[in-house]
Amino acid sequence: MENLDINTLKKGGFMRQIQKGCFSVRLRTVAGEIKAEQLLKISEIAQEFGHGYIHLTARQGIEIPFIHQNDFAAVKRKLAEAGLEPGVCGPRVRTVTACQGDAICPSGLIDTTALAKELDARYFGLDLPHKLKFGVTGCAHNCLKAEENDVGIRGGFRPCWLEEPCSFCSLCEQVCPAKAIAVDKKRRRLSFREDACTYCGKCAKSCPTGAWQGNSGYLVFVGGLFGNRTAIGRQVLPIISDQDKLFQVIDSVIKFYEQTAKPGERLRATLERVGWDVLQEACQDDEVIAGDREQAVI
Amino acid sequence: MAKTQDTAALSIRQVKAFLDITDVTCPLTFVKAQAALEELEAGQVLEIRLSEGEPIQNVPHSLKDEGHKILEASLNKDGTFTLFVAKNGL
Repeated sequence: MENLDINTLKKGGFMRQIQKGCFSVRLRTVAGEIKAEQLLKISEIAQEFGHGYIHLTARQGIEIPFIHQNDFAAVKRKLAEAGLEPGVCGPRVRTVTACQGDAICPSGLIDTTALAKELDARYFGLDLPHKLKFGVTGCAHNCLKAEENDVGIRGGFRPCWLEEPCSFCSLCEQVCPAKAIAVDKKRRRLSFREDACTYCGKCAKSCPTGAWQGNSGYLVFVGGLFGNRTAIGRQVLPIISDQDKLFQVIDSVIKFYEQTAKPGERLRATLERVGWDVLQEACQDDEVIAGDREQAVI
Repeated sequence: MAKTQDTAALSIRQVKAFLDITDVTCPLTFVKAQAALEELEAGQVLEIRLSEGEPIQNVPHSLKDEGHKILEASLNKDGTFTLFVAKNGL
């Protein structure tokens, strides 16, 4: 293949190796989910064009090393046969990662896989000032480590206690990691402090009588980094109750990043340069958190 | 709801078996609790002593998922917890 432009290749997920002419081909994956027949195709390609193995990337992706530049067209064609395509690198939206969420995991509070697929459909490969990583985790256990991402989403549960079905067994008080619940068994009273609640949902998951009702929601963390510099993403908005609102918030974050960041600046650096409150205000200006402002957590 | 309370109080007094799982870690905590419940008839009560942290966070939730009912939970002076669980109570 002539006139190789490394930037174009990187955008297309072809990672240059130290071995001349060889590239590690990154695949577009979402939520770490790959179909069995796709695995077979990947296996075929690795054997026919690579060195007979794959590399599992740090962010739930697959790379096929040792693909020669002369074989790019053939490899892309074979990948397409199984509904696969190369991934991306460079200054744009990267692989969207996710845990298995509530479709599989007993602890899950949101459908992480479906959300990751929607994020991928909306934003994957979008050109930005620097790389931007999305990660979706289903609950407070945080297996997917939401705060490591530029934009991390964590499933939460906003509980609401009902007196009538409560048996005052006090299990919720015992399982609450935030000590937000106090039960007085003798007087049959319960107090709940939402300001201390981490929305982990353990109260509702363990309640034997269904006295803890409520709704699942999304906690959004922004500005996480886990590379040259390590920084934990911050929750800049209160829990978001519906998915439309979540996407409005994400649109606002992306717009803020596009409009505010210097070229080559990660979202974290932009936030630290201009102030976290600028992003909060941008989101509020977009009227995405109307009604919930008083609960803003920084 | 008062009826539920009476039933719970009555059941707790009729504890059929006791299990201490403070000496094991996840997933053995749940496995031992399941095994102990298998020895009981439906409706009979198992008293379980378990540790703070992962056991109290996870075992009651898993028992509920299996259809057993937690009648009462309490914190003991030594930092362990006691659960009263009715087999197939849900």
